[in-house]
Amino acid sequence: MISAMLLRALDRRAVWLVCALLLVALAIPFANLVLPEGHPLHLPNYLVPLLGKYMSYAMLALALDLVWGYCGILSLGHGAFFALGGYAMGMYLMRQIGTRGVYGNPILPDFMVFLNYKTLPWFWYGFDNFWFACLMVVLVPGVLAFVFGFLAFRSRVTGVYLSIITQALTYALMLAFFRNDFGFGGNNGLTDYKDILGFNVLSATTRGALFAATCIALAVAVLVCSAIVNSKLGKVMVAIRDAESRTRFLGYRVDNVKLFAFVVSAVIAGVAGALYVPQVGIINPSEFEPGNSIEIVIWTAVGGRGTLVGPIVGGLLLNFGKTVFTSLWPDYWLFALGGLFVLVTLFLPKGIVGTIRDLLARKAPPRRDNTQPEATGAEDAPLVTEPAE
Amino acid sequence: MATRLLRLIGVLLACLVLAATPALAQSQANAAMVDALGQGGFPQREAAIATLVATGDARVVPILQALSDGNLYTRISDGKVVIAAKAGSAFALKGPLDGSELGTAAAGDLDKIKINNGLRGKIRTAIGQMTLLSTDRATRLSAAQSILKTADPTTFELLQTALAAETDPQIKSVMELAEAVIVLKTDATLEQKRAAIQTVAGHGDRDALTVLTAALTTVPDALKPDVQAGIDAINRQLQLWSVAQNLAYGVSLGSVLLLAAIGLAITFGVMGVINMAHGEMVMLGAYVTFVVQQLLQSYAPGAMEWSLVIAVPAAFLFTGLVGIAIERGIIRWLYGRPLETLLATWGLSLILQQAVRSIFGPTNRPVLIPQWMTGQVSLGGLDITWNRLWILVFAILVFAALQLVLNRTPLGLQMRAVTQNRRMASAMGIRTPFVDAMTFGLGSGVAGLAGVALTQIDNVSPNLGQGYIIDSFMVVVFGGVGNLWGTLIGALSIGVANKFMEPYFGAVLGKIIILVLIILFIQRRPRGLFALKGRAVEP
Repeated sequence: MISAMLLRALDRRAVWLVCALLLVALAIPFANLVLPEGHPLHLPNYLVPLLGKYMSYAMLALALDLVWGYCGILSLGHGAFFALGGYAMGMYLMRQIGTRGVYGNPILPDFMVFLNYKTLPWFWYGFDNFWFACLMVVLVPGVLAFVFGFLAFRSRVTGVYLSIITQALTYALMLAFFRNDFGFGGNNGLTDYKDILGFNVLSATTRGALFAATCIALAVAVLVCSAIVNSKLGKVMVAIRDAESRTRFLGYRVDNVKLFAFVVSAVIAGVAGALYVPQVGIINPSEFEPGNSIEIVIWTAVGGRGTLVGPIVGGLLLNFGKTVFTSLWPDYWLFALGGLFVLVTLFLPKGIVGTIRDLLARKAPPRRDNTQPEATGAEDAPLVTEPAE
Repeated sequence: MATRLLRLIGVLLACLVLAATPALAQSQANAAMVDALGQGGFPQREAAIATLVATGDARVVPILQALSDGNLYTRISDGKVVIAAKAGSAFALKGPLDGSELGTAAAGDLDKIKINNGLRGKIRTAIGQMTLLSTDRATRLSAAQSILKTADPTTFELLQTALAAETDPQIKSVMELAEAVIVLKTDATLEQKRAAIQTVAGHGDRDALTVLTAALTTVPDALKPDVQAGIDAINRQLQLWSVAQNLAYGVSLGSVLLLAAIGLAITFGVMGVINMAHGEMVMLGAYVTFVVQQLLQSYAPGAMEWSLVIAVPAAFLFTGLVGIAIERGIIRWLYGRPLETLLATWGLSLILQQAVRSIFGPTNRPVLIPQWMTGQVSLGGLDITWNRLWILVFAILVFAALQLVLNRTPLGLQMRAVTQNRRMASAMGIRTPFVDAMTFGLGSGVAGLAGVALTQIDNVSPNLGQGYIIDSFMVVVFGGVGNLWGTLIGALSIGVANKFMEPYFGAVLGKIIILVLIILFIQRRPRGLFALKGRAVEP
C-alpha cells in the first residue's frame, strides 16, 4: 500500500522537483568544496549556510502550503512549529558544547550557569543524545499541533478565527520563551554551537553536508506532500477547502482530515526549523514573532498556493530578495514586502506558479483547476449585527 | 498621675502659646536676636531662644535645629552667630537668617555654642510649636509625619494641643496615629494603651500596620491579643483595598483595550473585514496628536493645554479618510475573501509603519500631557491617576457615541441593513459601496481616537499599533463578533482578569495565561461570548 502511495506520489511534477532538489544537494557542496578557489563556478563559504537557510525556509513554506493551499486552513502560527523544532535541535547543540563554554560547566549550558541554575531542568534531559533530539524535533511540534488542532477543529473553529488563534498561540509562545526563567535562554536564545554529531558546525564540509541534508529533507517532504495530495485523502482535503460543510454532509470526517494535514504540516515545519538552526547558528524567541509567521504566508502566496512547487519557489525567491534588498536599500524593504502582500492578493491570487500554469493550460482544453479555493461557507458571508428593535 | 499632671501643664502652656502665636507672628527675627544666642550662659541662651520663638518667624526653625544639632557657632572675630558645616579641615559658614554663604573658617576661629539636654528639650518643643501649630498646611503635615516617625514622648503635650486645634482631616489622622504611638511607648495605663491600639487599628492603612507590628514586641503581654487583632483587622481591610485597586487597574486596562478594539469591532465585527492594519490606524491617530501639538506649539502655544481636545476630531477625520481610501483602493476588491483581506491589510500595515518611520523617524516622539491629566486622585486606599480616569471616561463616551451612530442615525441603519443582507439593501436603494466605505471609515476613525488616548500612556513610535493588534483581536473574538456590547464586556473582563493575575504570576506569565484561556474559550464557544444566533451565523 505504501509503495502504491509512493508510486502515485511520483507524478511528473514531483519527480522533476525531487530530481532538481537532489541535483542542487550535490551541486552546491561540489561548487563550494571541490572546485578550487579561482574557478568561475566556485561558491564562497559564506553562501552555503545562506542557501541552506533559504532551503529550510522553502520547506517551511511547503509545510504551510499543505494546510493552506490544499486544506484551506490559514495558519498564522507556523513559525511556532518551526521555532519549536529549531529549539529542540538547539538544545542538542547546546549540550554538545560541554566544557568548551565560557563557564566550562560540563552539564549546564552557559546561560544556565549565568542564571544560577544548580541542576539541569528535567526537560533538558536526553538532549545530549542526537536521536532523542531528532525524535523531539518531530514530536514537540507534532504533539502541539495535534492538541491544538484537535481542540480547534473539533469545535469547528474555522476561517479567520482559526488564523487569529494560531497567531495568539505563537504570540503566547514568544512571550513565554522571552522569559529567562522558562529554561530556554530567555531573549538571547541558544547559540555559540560547536559540534553536531562530532563535526564542527562551522567547518565548510559540515556546512556542505547540512545543506545537502536540507535539500534531501525538502525532497522527502515534497514526496510526502505529493503522496498526500494525490491520494484520496488529498481529494477530500481539497473538497474541505472548497466546501467544508458539504464535505461534512457527504459523510467525511472533516475534523480528522484537517487534523492529519495540520499535524503533518507542523512536523515538516519542525524539521525545517531543526535544519535551520545549525546553519544559522542561533535560535531565539524572535522566531516566534507573529510577523514572521505571516511572512511565511506571503512566500506561499507569491509562489502559488496549492501547487507544492510554488511555495518552494516563493520561499527561495523572497528570501533571496530580502537579503539583497535589506543590504542595498534597508529602509525600503518593508515597503517592498508590504507592497508585495497587497499586489499579490489583488492581482496575482494564484501566485507565480499558478499563473504560469494557467497560461500554459490556456492552449490545452479547459480543465477544472483546483488551485484556486472557492468561497466557503460561514467565513465568507458578511456577518451581521443584531437586528434593530 | 505624673503624666497626667505633666499633660495638664503642657496643655496650659500650649494654650498660652496658641493665644500668643497670632499676635507675635507678625514680628521678624533679626540678627541681634540670633547673635544673642552666642552670649552668656545657659539661662541667657534660654531667654534668647524664647525671644526668637516668640517672633513666630519660620526662619527660626532651622537655626534652632542647628543649635540643637551642635552646628551653631560664634565667629570669634566679630561675635556673629553662624551655621557651620565641616568642609575638609575647615568649616563652611552660612548666615543663619538668610542662608548666605559666608566663606570658610578654621576650627580655631569659631566658638561652638554649648547646649545641654534641658535646652534641647526646650528647642524641640519650640520647633514643634512653630511647625505643628504653623498656619501653613504643608508644614503642619510634615511636622506631624516627622513626629510619627520619631515618636518622641517629649512632644506629646504639644501634639495633643495641636490635635485639639487641627481641622484638616489628613493631618489630624497622622497626629492621632502619632499620639497613639507615643502612648504605646510611654508608661501609660493598660486602658490608655488599649485605647491607643484601637485608634491605630481604626486607621487601617499601611502606616498603622507598621506601628502595630512594631508595637507587637514592645507592649505588655496583656495587650498582645489586642495588637494582633488590630493587625488582622488592618490586613483584612488592606486586602479589600487591594482587591478594589486591582479592580480599578483592571477596569482601566479594560478601557484601553476597549478603545483599541472597538474600531476593530466595527470593521471586523460588523463588516467581517479582517483589518490587520487596525493597529496602524491607532498609531496614525497618535501621530496626528503629535503633529497637532507641534503646530500648536508654533502657532498658538497658549492652546497647548487643550491640544488633546483639538486632536480628537483631527485624528478621527484623518484616520477616517485613510480608512476610506484603503477601503476604496484595496478592500472592496477582496470582499468575500477574508483570508486575502487579512494578507493585504497586513501588507498595508507594514507600508504604513515604514512610511511613518521614514517621515517621523524610528524613535519615540514626545507628546505633552496636559496639566489636567497629570497627578492622581486618592479614594480611600485607591490611587487612580487622572490620565487613566480620563481614558476610561473617553472610552465610555466613544462607546456610547458609536452605539448612537449605529442605532439612531440613518447611516447606522444603512450599515446594519447592508451587513445583514447586501443584495436586499441594494434593491431598496441603498448605495452599498458608499455604506461600505463609510463603515470602514468609521471603524478607522475610532481607531484614530484610540490613538489620541494612547499617547497619554504609551510611547508614540511607529510600533505603537503592533502592541495592540493581537489584544484587540482577542477582545473582539472573545466578546463575540458583530456585537459592540460583547466587545465592551470582553475588554473589561480581559482587563480585570489580567490585573488580578498579575500579582500572582507576574505581568508576562499572566498575559500568557490569558491568551491560553482565550484560545481554550474559543474552542468552547467558537463564536465568542455573545454569539449571534440563527441563520446569520452560518448561511
